[in-house]
Amino acid sequence: MALLKDDVKNEVREKFKKLTGQVRLVNFTQKLECHHCEETRRLTEEIASLSPKISSEVYNFALDKEKSQEYKIDKIPAIVVEGEKDYGIRFFGIPGGYEFNSLISSIIEVSARSTDLSSESKEKIGKIDRSVHVQVFVTLTCPYCPGAVEMAHKLALESGYITSDMIESAEFPHLVSKYGVMGVPKVVINEEFGFEGALPEASFVEEVIKAYESTKEAKG
Amino acid sequence: MELDFVLSREEARSTGKRELTYDLVIIGGGPAGLTAAVYAARKTLKILLISKDLGGQVLLTLEIENYMGYQYIEGRELVNKFKEQVTHFSIDQEIGEEVEKLDKEGEIFSILTRGGKKFRGRTAIIASGKRSRSLNVPGERRLIGRGVSYCSVCDAPFFEGKDVAVIGGGNSAFEAALDLVRITPKICLIDIASTWMADPVLVEQIEREKKVTSFQGHRVKEIKGDDRVEGITIEPLDGGKTRSLSVQGVFIEIGLVPNSEFARSLVKLNEAGEIVVDCASRTNIPGLFAAGDVSSVPEKQIIIAAGEGAKATLTAYQYLLRSR
Repeated sequence: MALLKDDVKNEVREKFKKLTGQVRLVNFTQKLECHHCEETRRLTEEIASLSPKISSEVYNFALDKEKSQEYKIDKIPAIVVEGEKDYGIRFFGIPGGYEFNSLISSIIEVSARSTDLSSESKEKIGKIDRSVHVQVFVTLTCPYCPGAVEMAHKLALESGYITSDMIESAEFPHLVSKYGVMGVPKVVINEEFGFEGALPEASFVEEVIKAYESTKEAKG
Repeated sequence: MELDFVLSREEARSTGKRELTYDLVIIGGGPAGLTAAVYAARKTLKILLISKDLGGQVLLTLEIENYMGYQYIEGRELVNKFKEQVTHFSIDQEIGEEVEKLDKEGEIFSILTRGGKKFRGRTAIIASGKRSRSLNVPGERRLIGRGVSYCSVCDAPFFEGKDVAVIGGGNSAFEAALDLVRITPKICLIDIASTWMADPVLVEQIEREKKVTSFQGHRVKEIKGDDRVEGITIEPLDGGKTRSLSVQGVFIEIGLVPNSEFARSLVKLNEAGEIVVDCASRTNIPGLFAAGDVSSVPEKQIIIAAGEGAKATLTAYQYLLRSR
């Protein structure tokens, strides 16, 4: 049985009509010991079937080691949303519930190869010249979380140095305890920085810049 | 839990024209704002709708059983119905934008957004709704996301096996407690009032739960903890002794505050911060109207907000006819 209901499929198809550039969904999975691996693979394939502009590839996390390393995948299930190149946009755990919004938006923006970030934000993150890793912890029942995930993914799309992960908390309890997540959205930047709650664009960018400047020396 | 896939978020959209003076600018995209927009479009007014999202608080409402025409409908489904009706008309929209400041320059309203855009209107309707209220006690702000939560559906899973406090006595507090009771060993339900505001059906369910200890007529004095919530201090209103409760989570469900800050220097507010309106949705400023939860109209309900939105537009329309 299909994961997506017909009315949801139709709505997504409608949204996908404006896709321009090709989008590739790269899914990493395995057969056993992964809570939502199977559903995530099916979701990837169902989404790809909704537009000729989207293709999907499925790799086995354990067997296709080279691919896992190439995409720097360290946990599954994972979906990479990429265009003709990899922008560093990742979904770890299934993007279901409210996170479905984040997945659809990232596909639309990757297809357009551009975001609606303000020129001020673009200018600020344009100055970033070393890697910044943004992780956004979510739950699937959190209506505020897609805002944070979408913002992080926009930054990754705009900057070759920023990579961003959605992390579904229920799937990765060890990360929840590692980063002390007690509320979502929680954003972790370069391991030791971050903030709780959804922030508007300008403040989100500010936090990323702050983390970048603080880690500049250490990583440099 | 069954997996579902929810499409609810509005993509940011910007079709507002800065060079234009709109007949009507509607601030807010909940039931009041969207109904106002439909009524205005049918009067062929030139309108601009500015809102952070489409749907407002309805997006956060799980089940609705008291909006006429639907015996039962989910919040986001009702929002979709509203949106369908609005997109039927060509309405300029700034979605994803919040209003920073509303002013009146001569006869014209000027609206400055957080994103720095400026729009003008001959009339305006404020329908910006409400948001969660905070306790304003020491420790609260500092511990947000570290045990303090305003969204139990978002954060409840992180408190499995932990003792928690729920603050409030209305429906949302009781729903949070019912949600948490399945996963937590102990819940302290604390409310400042001496009688519950929640619907009797919810109160009966909670009173059956042995895990829940109630503290009615108590005020929260402080939330304690360095990096994590470790406990709270509460004090009875009747002058009894202060006591400390050891909890790792504090869910604050004490109602809502109006989103009226951006208009504070322009329009008259009541003690609760709501925009004061008369029975025809008029504020004390000619040409400025308010509708829905942000206004002083009693009872915050989807159906009331929608009706008030319609009324505000009709009054604005009369105003425009007379002032031309």
